[in-house]
Amino acid sequence: MSKKKDIDSFTGIETTGHEWDGIKELNNPSPRWWLIVFFLCCVWSVGYWVLYPAWPTFSGDGERGGTEGSMGWTQYDQLKDSQAEIRARKSAYLASFEAASFEEVQADEALYAFAVAGGAAAFKDNCATCHSTGGAGSAGYPNLNDDDWLWGGDIDTIHETIRVGVRAVHDETRFSEMPAFGDMLSETEIADVAQHVISLSQDGDDSAGGAQVFADNCAACHSENGRGDHALGAPDLADAIWFYGDTKADIMSQVRKPKHGVMPTWEARLDANTIRQLAIYVHSLGGGTN
Amino acid sequence: MLKKHERVEKNSMLMLILVVIVVSIGGIIEILPLFRMETTIEPVKGVRPYTPLEVAGRNVYIREGCYNCHSQQIRALRDEVERYGHYSLAAESMYDHPFQWGSKRTGPDLARVGGKYSDEWHVQHMHNPKDVVPESIMPPYAHLAHKGAKLDNIEADIRALRAAGVPYTDEMVANAYNDAMAQAQDESDHHDGLLERYGDKVNYRNFDGQAVTTELDALIAYLQVLGTMAELKDYVHDGAARSGQEEDGK
Repeated sequence: MSKKKDIDSFTGIETTGHEWDGIKELNNPSPRWWLIVFFLCCVWSVGYWVLYPAWPTFSGDGERGGTEGSMGWTQYDQLKDSQAEIRARKSAYLASFEAASFEEVQADEALYAFAVAGGAAAFKDNCATCHSTGGAGSAGYPNLNDDDWLWGGDIDTIHETIRVGVRAVHDETRFSEMPAFGDMLSETEIADVAQHVISLSQDGDDSAGGAQVFADNCAACHSENGRGDHALGAPDLADAIWFYGDTKADIMSQVRKPKHGVMPTWEARLDANTIRQLAIYVHSLGGGTN
Repeated sequence: MLKKHERVEKNSMLMLILVVIVVSIGGIIEILPLFRMETTIEPVKGVRPYTPLEVAGRNVYIREGCYNCHSQQIRALRDEVERYGHYSLAAESMYDHPFQWGSKRTGPDLARVGGKYSDEWHVQHMHNPKDVVPESIMPPYAHLAHKGAKLDNIEADIRALRAAGVPYTDEMVANAYNDAMAQAQDESDHHDGLLERYGDKVNYRNFDGQAVTTELDALIAYLQVLGTMAELKDYVHDGAARSGQEEDGK
């Protein structure tokens, strides 16, 4: 490299002196603003290392086994703070809600609104996937807006159902299992009893044999008149609300080899207050009984 | 400075040595933390290696690219904890090879989906997601119900995971096929062995309701265990308690 500066005659900028086939490289400096930002970042990183948890490896005691940072900041404390903020906002209601019975909550307008609002939010996250937005249900998933309940529609019962689930992994789970009558009844008997079940709620001929088959096999759980039994989780067969379809073929298939839905337990997933709010919300949807 | 630079550029051996030094510094800074990996894993009880059927389901999950839309990482942010439950711990994915973390979600996070829905819901949802979630944009995976689960070489999968550091015992490897078949059935002579090896909390049942053990069985078995292993009720985040427990554990 020559000692003298080599200035490119066309641009007037100094070159590096390197030459390839007559082409020379201009020696432009990095833009000043870029350099300033670069050095500021270097300085900032030093401050960051000191204030925040930054370097892994070298210390066994700190957050995730690294340096702790002089501010003592952790994402877990940040989470706790932001949760505390919400709890503080709810606290006006939360303490009295925790202490109040369901009747007392229903009697207190503000508490009731608090419970329904909280329940509605939790419902969207957790329940709507099966019971549909607004609790309309679908085939195999009960509609929560009507007054037809499998296990009972008062708040305490709804609360218990949410807590323990149905055929769920929980020691106290609600459990019912209709036997598969396909092995026990003849096809004629199944057709007859299906016809009888239809006649309970719809206009249509009853079959003489069907009533007898029903009395012998079904009445023990679904009761004599087919109104079902909440204690056993036996559905009401005399109303016009059907779980797995209302045609004769649907009913026959359910008699032969019944489907059994599963509702998970929510005790492990949701806290006690949320489950109580959900019970009140579901009860408020329109079909709740006393 | 520029003059010295010229000397480096014109001396290939010197340049080589300096390049090796610079690259080593970068490399060491990246690699060193991996040697202290264990300090990042919280001592939480209950996390066990996946059962062979769950591994088969996980293979389906990865093959179908579920991770393109679903993450398995609940971050320590209020909104996420409110919606999905306790934030994910490193310990919960310590047997995941590869892990399924992520922050890009088209569908919901699945880190704690286990036990949230019934098996039948999963069957319907895989058949056609819109049947149960009308606003869903997830494509149907109905074909999984028609394909037998690939369990013939599940033992090799378990061996591979063991090579990657998952503590499968010889017994677990030897019984992999039987355990996988047993877990997808309501009744089997091998259930006792399965529970003995993987713990009493293992879900065993006919997940998809069909007589044949399909890929859907495996996938649902995998989904139903996600986020349910760790005993989070006993878990307290506390650095001091952690180092104490570690000493007890080792």
